[in-house]
Amino acid sequence: MARLFFAFLAGGLFGAGLFVSGMTDTAKVQGWLDVFGAWDPTLAFVMGGAIAPMAIAWRIAARRRSAVLGTPLPPKPSSELDRKLILGSVLFGIGWGLAGLCPGPVIASLGLGNPGIYVFGAAMLIGMMLAPHVRSRLDKTVPAG
Amino acid sequence: MNMQMDWIWGLVGGLLIGSGGAVFLLVNGRIMGASGLIGALVDGTAGRTKSERAAFLAGVALLPILLRPFFSGVESHLTEDMTVLIVAGLLVGLGTRLANGCTSGHGVCGMSRLSIRGFVATACYILAGGASVLLFRHILGVI
Repeated sequence: MARLFFAFLAGGLFGAGLFVSGMTDTAKVQGWLDVFGAWDPTLAFVMGGAIAPMAIAWRIAARRRSAVLGTPLPPKPSSELDRKLILGSVLFGIGWGLAGLCPGPVIASLGLGNPGIYVFGAAMLIGMMLAPHVRSRLDKTVPAG
Repeated sequence: MNMQMDWIWGLVGGLLIGSGGAVFLLVNGRIMGASGLIGALVDGTAGRTKSERAAFLAGVALLPILLRPFFSGVESHLTEDMTVLIVAGLLVGLGTRLANGCTSGHGVCGMSRLSIRGFVATACYILAGGASVLLFRHILGVI
C-alpha cells in the first residue's frame, strides 16, 4: 500500500524533525514562550525551517490536479475567522505554555520513556473527544456565518 | 549543546518537518496537521482514512526512538505535576480541535500557504502561550 508507506515516511520525517530540533524538550518550547525569562529563539528556527519546504510544496500543488497517488489535493483554505478558531487557539496556547507540549511532540515523545507523557496524552484525547460537543454548543449560541 | 548548535538543529529539524509535510501533501494529498490526524481517530470522523492516519502517527512515534541513541543530550523536562499535566492536556486537546489545527496544521501548513486562519490561529496560541508562561511561571510560580 503506497498510501500507507508514504504516510509512514511523512510521519517519520515529521517525528525525526520534532526530535532533532528539540521540540520534544518541553523546556525549549516554554523557553520560547518565556519572553520575560531566559528567552530561547530555537522554535523560530524550527518554524522557519519547516515553512520553507512547505511553501515550495504548496506552489507545486497549485500546478497539479491531484496528488501523486491520485487522491485529491486539499481545497483552498477558508478565510472565515470565527469564534471557534480564536477561542480554540487561545485555549490551546494556555495549555501549550503550561506543559510545553503540542500534539505532534506528544506522539513523538511516546517512546522516549517519560511516564508523564501518557497522562498528558490521555487528557489530550479526552479534550479532543469533548471538542465536538463544545463546538455544537458554540454553533448554537451564535448565528451562522 | 550550546545555543548556536540548538539553532542549527532547530533549522535542520524544521526542514525535516517541512519535508514530511511536503511528502504528505504532494504524494498523499493531505495536510500534515497533528491535532487533526489524531483527533479524527478518537472522535469517529476518520472514516476510511484511519489506516493512513495510523501509519503517519506510527512514523512520528518511531523515528525519535531510533534517533535517540545518537542524541544523548535531548531530554524531555516534562513536569511531574499531575494537575498541570491533566489541565494542560485537556486544554491542548479541546483547543486544537475547536480551532481545527495546531502548530503543524495552522502554523507550518497554514502560514506556508498564506492562510489567514493560519496566521490568526498562530498569533492567538503564541500570545496565549506567552501569557500562560508569564502567569503560571512568573506570577503564580506553579510551573
